[in-house]
Amino acid sequence: MTPILETKNLTMQFGGLTAVDNINFKVNPKEIVALIGPNGAGKTTFFNCVTGVYKPTSGDVLISPKGQTQKRINGLKPNKVTEKGLARTFQNIRLFQNMTVLENVMIGRHTKLKSGLLGAIFLPKATREEEKRVIQDSYNILIDVGLENFVNELAKNLPYGAQRRLEIARAMATEPALLLLDEPAAGMNPQETKELDEMIINIRDKNDISILLIEHDMSLVMSISEKIFVVDYGKLIAQGSPDEIKNNPEVIKAYLGDDSDA
Amino acid sequence: MLDIMKYFTLKEVKKSLVISIWFMILTFPIMVIKVNTIENTVVWRWTSLIGMGIGSFLMATLWRYLIDRKNMKSDISDKKTLQMKVMDWANENPKYKKIALVAVILFIAAFPFFTSMYQTSIMTTALMYVVLGLGLNIVVGLGGLLHLGYAAFYAVGAYTYALLNYHFGLSFWICLPIGAGLSTIMGILLAIPVLRLRGDYLAIVTLGFGEVIRIVLENWNEFSFGPSGVANIPRPGFFGMSMKLQTATIYIYFIMIAMVIFTIFVVRRLENSRIGRAWIAMREDEIASESMGIDITKSKITTFALGAFWAGMVGVIFAAKTTFINPASFTLWESVMILCVVVIGGMGSIVGVVVGALILILLPEYLRAFSEYRMLLFGAILVLMMVFRPGGIISNIRKKYKFEPTEKSSNIEVEGVK
Repeated sequence: MTPILETKNLTMQFGGLTAVDNINFKVNPKEIVALIGPNGAGKTTFFNCVTGVYKPTSGDVLISPKGQTQKRINGLKPNKVTEKGLARTFQNIRLFQNMTVLENVMIGRHTKLKSGLLGAIFLPKATREEEKRVIQDSYNILIDVGLENFVNELAKNLPYGAQRRLEIARAMATEPALLLLDEPAAGMNPQETKELDEMIINIRDKNDISILLIEHDMSLVMSISEKIFVVDYGKLIAQGSPDEIKNNPEVIKAYLGDDSDA
Repeated sequence: MLDIMKYFTLKEVKKSLVISIWFMILTFPIMVIKVNTIENTVVWRWTSLIGMGIGSFLMATLWRYLIDRKNMKSDISDKKTLQMKVMDWANENPKYKKIALVAVILFIAAFPFFTSMYQTSIMTTALMYVVLGLGLNIVVGLGGLLHLGYAAFYAVGAYTYALLNYHFGLSFWICLPIGAGLSTIMGILLAIPVLRLRGDYLAIVTLGFGEVIRIVLENWNEFSFGPSGVANIPRPGFFGMSMKLQTATIYIYFIMIAMVIFTIFVVRRLENSRIGRAWIAMREDEIASESMGIDITKSKITTFALGAFWAGMVGVIFAAKTTFINPASFTLWESVMILCVVVIGGMGSIVGVVVGALILILLPEYLRAFSEYRMLLFGAILVLMMVFRPGGIISNIRKKYKFEPTEKSSNIEVEGVK
């Protein structure tokens, strides 16, 4: 089976600092994969390399959405990466604060729409129908994440948990093959985390997509992920099922420190 | 309601007193001492000092009252603003809305016929700023890119008409699209180098661009006739008819009205389109919008190009209206003025920009009665505006959509309410 996302010897250096060091990584279709590691391990940098925010120093990022042949995407701009089927959320929520909830999702549909400047000015039938459709589609996506009552609310006025969900909804609107979630449970209480847990699995099952998440909340990671990758100091130190990771001495060392340090 | 008496307790009075004494000291040299140079005597005008003291005392009290009122208002966040109330009223009473609209249209259409030529002329100028404001609003209000060299595009339009007419005798109506086109090209040329910049850096570069254009026009004598400018530019023609000055003024007024309607129509449609949403998303968060699939490069270039387009058009009309242009008309002050129209009117709001332009351009004209205090008053009004309505006179309200609160169904009624 062709993995949906694969990185080969991915390396990212900032001056003398190697934030991501030779990472080989695979996400298979319909899999929920977690990327964990202590603070500053290079998880978000890895995300940024994959989504095109940074251009990796060396190595390859390959994707094959919908079982197509693998394509290199390193060096592509973020909007091109999104077009290819990767969508992401951000560690610190980055919604379009002064736009309504519905409009936020409509932005997510941007790549699926075609109308240009002239279409906007002359409003031919095709554009009008496209607009109608995008409003409808966006509304349906909002129903999926349970935000249909906030449609016309400005994004900045939403409660925190709802903002997180809206960010996921916005990413889902791009119809990704792989959804990358950067600490989706950050700042949530246990109840909200549990809801999120269900929502992520729900999204995966309903849309048949893969999910890659960075997370610090171990209960969430252990309960939903099928495979876990652990990074420390930019290096991949372990991979495997949640149970394997729990008992992996390398991982325990990375999180709790070596005995000899004490 | 706040208790007014609260501001006349000992503590508050003391505060106001300190302020008024401070003001008396500050203004002492200009308000009190008057040197009579003919008789070589010094006149001490103590009465004006007392006036100053009482005035600033009252102003200080009023100021604190207003600030408190403003803070109290922001506490009650869901309280409806006047603007929202008016909009609700208009939506609830479509009949009155229509009547109001017809009244406005009649007023606009009849305006040049019951007022003097001077009034028509300044109204035309105000309308030019409406279009300029709406154009800059695309860049600043929707795209979120601070642009301080907007007058340069205005100059490009004006000089296009002036020079093409001088050398080749091209008429106004031919030059109007050419001016807009050239200006758009300039907009794209400026956008390309500034793609990576934002915020303060962008402002500096655009400011520099504006100055470069002006200085080139001022010094390249062979091309633009330098500081002396181009004179005797013909007014717009109407199928070759010759017009008296008064008719021509009214004619330009109506051309401007048509321009304003055209601009509002286009900008309104753009704002609620896929492209417009992408601009607003770019304003809100560049990184997030990029990872939602928006091409930032393209968005930035289109905002700059479209912004420049309107400036170029108005530039041509400006040249035709004044029949004389020189680089002094396109200084940094002009760019700042247009930016003020956008910011004070309300960023991203079409009605706001229209109101802002009318106030900002007409106010100094009508304040002429106050002669030398004109600019002082103008400045004071700007400061007050920014303190009490930082979002602009009329802030932008996003389009709302109505959905039937049913479960997913394919034919939910989609209705746009602006």
